[in-house]
Amino acid sequence: MKKFEKLTSTVVPLPIENIDTDQIIPARFLKATTREGFGDNLFRDWRYDSDGNPKADFVMNNPTYNGKILVAGKNFGCGSSREHAAWAIQDYGFDVVISSFFADIFKGNALNNGVLPITVPDEFLEKIFDAVFADHHSELTVNLEAQTVIINATGASFEFEINPYKKSCLINGYDDIDYILSHTAEIEEFERIRPFSFYR
Amino acid sequence: MGKTLVEKIWDAHVVKRQEGFPDILYIDTHLIHEVTSPQAFDGLRKRGIPVFRPSQTVATADHNVPTLNQHLPIQEELSRYQVDMLTKNCKEFGVELYGLGHPYQGIVHVIGPELGITQPGKTMVCGDSHTSTHGAFGAIAFGIGTSQVEQVFATQCLLQQKPKTMKIEVNGELAKGVGAKDIVLYIISKTTAAGGTGYFVEFAGSAIRSLSMEGRMTVCNMSIEMGARGGLIAPDQTTFDYVHGREFAPKGEDWDKALSYWQTLYSDEDAPFDVVLEFDAADIQPMITYGTNPGMGIGISDAIPATTDQPESERPSYKKALDYMGFRDNETLLGHPVDYVFIGSCTNSRIEDLRAVASFVQGKKKADHVEVWIVPGSKQVEAQAKEEGIDKIFEEAGFVLREPGCSACLGMNEDKIPAGKYCVSTSNRNFEGRQGPNARTMLASPLTAAATAVSGKIVDIRELI
Repeated sequence: MKKFEKLTSTVVPLPIENIDTDQIIPARFLKATTREGFGDNLFRDWRYDSDGNPKADFVMNNPTYNGKILVAGKNFGCGSSREHAAWAIQDYGFDVVISSFFADIFKGNALNNGVLPITVPDEFLEKIFDAVFADHHSELTVNLEAQTVIINATGASFEFEINPYKKSCLINGYDDIDYILSHTAEIEEFERIRPFSFYR
Repeated sequence: MGKTLVEKIWDAHVVKRQEGFPDILYIDTHLIHEVTSPQAFDGLRKRGIPVFRPSQTVATADHNVPTLNQHLPIQEELSRYQVDMLTKNCKEFGVELYGLGHPYQGIVHVIGPELGITQPGKTMVCGDSHTSTHGAFGAIAFGIGTSQVEQVFATQCLLQQKPKTMKIEVNGELAKGVGAKDIVLYIISKTTAAGGTGYFVEFAGSAIRSLSMEGRMTVCNMSIEMGARGGLIAPDQTTFDYVHGREFAPKGEDWDKALSYWQTLYSDEDAPFDVVLEFDAADIQPMITYGTNPGMGIGISDAIPATTDQPESERPSYKKALDYMGFRDNETLLGHPVDYVFIGSCTNSRIEDLRAVASFVQGKKKADHVEVWIVPGSKQVEAQAKEEGIDKIFEEAGFVLREPGCSACLGMNEDKIPAGKYCVSTSNRNFEGRQGPNARTMLASPLTAAATAVSGKIVDIRELI
């Protein structure tokens, strides 16, 4: 997994609530058997019309806005468990997603792929949108070690929460499987002593 | 201090608990399908490791499969490739596959329970958010991403934070024509689509207790639609009677041992929940959704809430949803014409759902302009429907009984609702484009869907039975 430490970038603002994984990557694009290439269809039906032409009014088709940070309305990533949503976001080039609320499964999937989901209060989210809509060059600085996100233009900052284990995974580029595999003997012992043999 | 049902099952599966780390949680049963598993199998190959406990893994093909002419090769190339890849992977890694053509094939959350694989007290996962369905048996069951599918393949365990717990009680008697789907759509309309995030929800109360196993599965199935990872219901005699005698249920002495354990699976009187919500069953009407998330639901005779009644920050998203659906503030949906009716999905494709639909449509005909697709949840449901003559009732009504799969629930296979068309659907999500690009989905119960198919417009089932 890719390591994550610190990032300063402009942002792509998407002030829409309840963005579900069917918007992030519609089901008809889930047919690939590898993890690569999903970025082409990120937000497919918002980005392109039915003939495949870019929709001018969608933010990702507006050259004014670009960057490695996606900022979206609350309850981002609700819906299906498809990890393809996290893959699509990463493949497109986002390293961080900021929202005031994330759906559980999406959040886990993002963390498992080195994409950092940052939950900020509603008011701070508004401040980010205000800064970006006032000046699209506005940058944010995300520091994972310090657990801070800073709006560079105003200096406003927020200290975000992250599970300490997940934080160290991101910083070191480790994944959960490496960790669990180091406990195989304990798993086998658990299987040996647990009384519920009827489950197998 | 007593323990909640979730805590009892969770604690019985913790392999290792270490300060500062999520729990290593043992997984009894891993269900897989063609869409979220190929990259996980690939991961094993890259690491050069096998599936750790292949006998605790079961596979089926459901998301991508056509629901007509399943005996023929899959037409669409990418779908065929993905389904073939599942077959190849299962063979290589020694995983049991109930693929196309197998008498056990079907939607993963329908076949688990009907084969007796789903049992009280188990931990179960699948790369599919509707894995919460299996919680109806008093199991901890939840959806996972593909990296986690690979984790379970590699170790039969998952790294998981112990979730917070919520109890939702529904007490009282349901009105005629109101069922499990209406209960859960009502609950989500109250909690919103995010209200359960971070929680495992235990559904309780007399109205829940009175539901059949099929009804309980419908309720737990949609707990993810309020954001909850899982939903579950304490097992009782209804549960034990359903499981008993099924193919993979414990037998003989094992059954007795299992039963005496399962009878301990309930939340203790004094068990603390983080949140408790209570609802009165008498307040629940037949429900329908009007927007683009499952929290946007109303009683069938209610008006669509006005945009100005929403918190100011949420108005743009709310208006976007109504515009997409072609609905207006304060509009009532009764009498609104529909183009398609879809009865199926892991929410409502079990034999009881088909029986409810058949009992309503017997002797009636569908409206001329409506296309009706009925998709059984499994080969076994399909066979049972035929044995009971339900297929004939559907045929006479002008409905098409198709073959098992996820079908028009998710716009991935051939079954898609055309752009701009209205579909009353018994599935679980009304997201933009969920049933096909620009399709407009209204979620409802099988009975409401059946009545809509006959009337050709949204109707109140209570006035027809």
